[in-house]
Amino acid sequence: MATARKLTMAQAVSEAIGQEMERDPKVFVMGEDIGKYGGIFGATGGLLQRFGKERIMDTPISESAFIGAATGAAAEGMRPIAELMFVDFFGVCMDQIYNHLAKNTYMSGGAVRLPVVLMTAIGGGYNDAAQHSQCLYGLFAHVPGLKVVVPSNAYDAKGLMIQAIRDDNPVMYFFHKGIMGLPWMAHFEGSTNEVPEEAYTLPFGQARAAREGKDVTIVALSQMVHKAVLAAGVLEKDGISAEVIDLRTLVPLDIDAVVRSVKKTGRLLIADEDYLNFGLTGEIAALVAERLDSVVLRSPVRRLGVPGVPIPYSRPLEQFVVPQVNGIVDACRELMRGKVLRAA
Amino acid sequence: MEPTSEQLMWMYETMILIREYEETMANTYLEGKLPPNIQKGLAFDIGSGPVPGEMHLAAGQEPVAVGVCAHLRKEDTVVGTHRPHHFAIAKGVPLDRMTAEMFGKATGLGRGKGGHMHLFDPEHKFSCSGIVGASLPPACGAALASKKMGKDWVAVAFFGEGAANQGTFHESLNLAALWGLPAIFVCEDNKYAISVEKTESTAIRSDADRAAAYGIAGIAVPRNDAIEVYEAAGEAIARARKGGGPTLIEVKTDRYMGHFQGDAEVYRPKGEVGELRKDDPIPALGKHLRGRGLLDDAKEAALREKVHARVGQAYEFARNSPYPEPRDALAHVFA
Repeated sequence: MATARKLTMAQAVSEAIGQEMERDPKVFVMGEDIGKYGGIFGATGGLLQRFGKERIMDTPISESAFIGAATGAAAEGMRPIAELMFVDFFGVCMDQIYNHLAKNTYMSGGAVRLPVVLMTAIGGGYNDAAQHSQCLYGLFAHVPGLKVVVPSNAYDAKGLMIQAIRDDNPVMYFFHKGIMGLPWMAHFEGSTNEVPEEAYTLPFGQARAAREGKDVTIVALSQMVHKAVLAAGVLEKDGISAEVIDLRTLVPLDIDAVVRSVKKTGRLLIADEDYLNFGLTGEIAALVAERLDSVVLRSPVRRLGVPGVPIPYSRPLEQFVVPQVNGIVDACRELMRGKVLRAA
Repeated sequence: MEPTSEQLMWMYETMILIREYEETMANTYLEGKLPPNIQKGLAFDIGSGPVPGEMHLAAGQEPVAVGVCAHLRKEDTVVGTHRPHHFAIAKGVPLDRMTAEMFGKATGLGRGKGGHMHLFDPEHKFSCSGIVGASLPPACGAALASKKMGKDWVAVAFFGEGAANQGTFHESLNLAALWGLPAIFVCEDNKYAISVEKTESTAIRSDADRAAAYGIAGIAVPRNDAIEVYEAAGEAIARARKGGGPTLIEVKTDRYMGHFQGDAEVYRPKGEVGELRKDDPIPALGKHLRGRGLLDDAKEAALREKVHARVGQAYEFARNSPYPEPRDALAHVFA
């Protein structure tokens, strides 16, 4: 009988990778500071000691080369995992990602398979400013050809990582720094949770109700799930019952789970830490709007995200632009007061 | 390392095949693109005709492809450029499916989803990219995979002298040298990055000199000559197969056509191509073969007839193939 113990998300990710490396000799990891350091955010902790330098490969700071090499090695039948420390750094190697990794399967008419996992850290909340605090998963979900995984807790992180490694397609795997359970960064308690010891997978495209409710639906992912759950606790004292939907993956997207919830509540808030403009929040709102023949909204859709500004450094500035628990609470209260016009 | 008689004959025939293929494409490409069959006022319409889009042809650059690929096996990987046909042909990519891809047909290598700059043939381990400098990182990956699997397979990245100024060049050479990868980096210096002459873009004359910065061998091939490329590549590939790491090779080659078809070539001195063609590497190799008694008029005629038939069959296959169903556009985003 397998036992579950509490793991941080970083431990869960590293355990998932280690178990897959034991199972499949084709799996290996490349990235900056993933060896002795164990990954700046702990995602490869302890793996060098177990698997050695041949399979846990520290790379030069040459992201185009090693991410392109992951594509090349995957085309030969290997199953590389590449880590690029911060999502903010993708600018230096975006061509290898969006023009090659994402498109070669399509341009080959399906002849080329690229089982690559590209993992990276996202998110702010610790005053690291505009070049180290973005989420940007919306940008990668915008480009066809990349699966996009954004876990919110250790249990999901392990199952989704194993699923990602076994997938025959490129998977972008985003972990929020503020839920990795790092000993040097404050994090949300709910992200460290019980994780079975044995290997398991969670299918992509299945959202999860992090909390059930009947008055308002809050759609979120990653760290924002925890803020939404805290907000729901506050709202409960007001007699407002909020349901929190954790999307878990953006590509594929479980829009049915969102629609089911909104059918029940009639009110929708999308709370996101990515940029508000042209992103996830607008996409979800549009997909619900396209289904208004089967969904009755009691109030106009609300969106929270980082307004069209880079992430500022100073604490009050950053906390103003990144949606917080209070902002979610306020938006839900407004939703409860909202009205929609009805056609005559 | 000298080529065998068989390799010499293969290089000669393959160069003739490439040349005829490219010349046929140059003619085919113009079909439907010129007045009066296009929008009034235009001199040329890139999106019309049976082979639309950009078209970059490699006539003149045949020695680079055959001199390297003469050493390669099916298991070796080649990553080409936006000007990829000579590499693909020399690596053994089937002509019919490659041509069908350029015609946008369902029988194409990529079912009509890639086109001429994006040819993928996993069976013959060939791919290419429309992005300058993008061939080097995936070649490192193929070489890394070979090493991890304990094979003696090599990976070749072809790129132009313009790409040698891209960051991927530096990143990839350092990575390959650092990890001792069985990769061969082959720079085709055809003097022009589209319109910009190498002297206007590059601080040094020979990109082979850059090898010193990575502690690897750099070989400059100063002539557009198949045997000279063969010799340089042979040394590099043998070293790579034995675990001796990567090599950088630069070949001074010549582009006989525009950067793309329809290029007015305002940047080239008048008559330059005529001068370059006086050093055409195909008759040069033919002369060498005759001198060694490997070729005579009858053999030459038979060889050219065979090549002509192969090219004709490929184009016929492409023309006669069906287009994909429009809805097929939605398939193959994921494997």
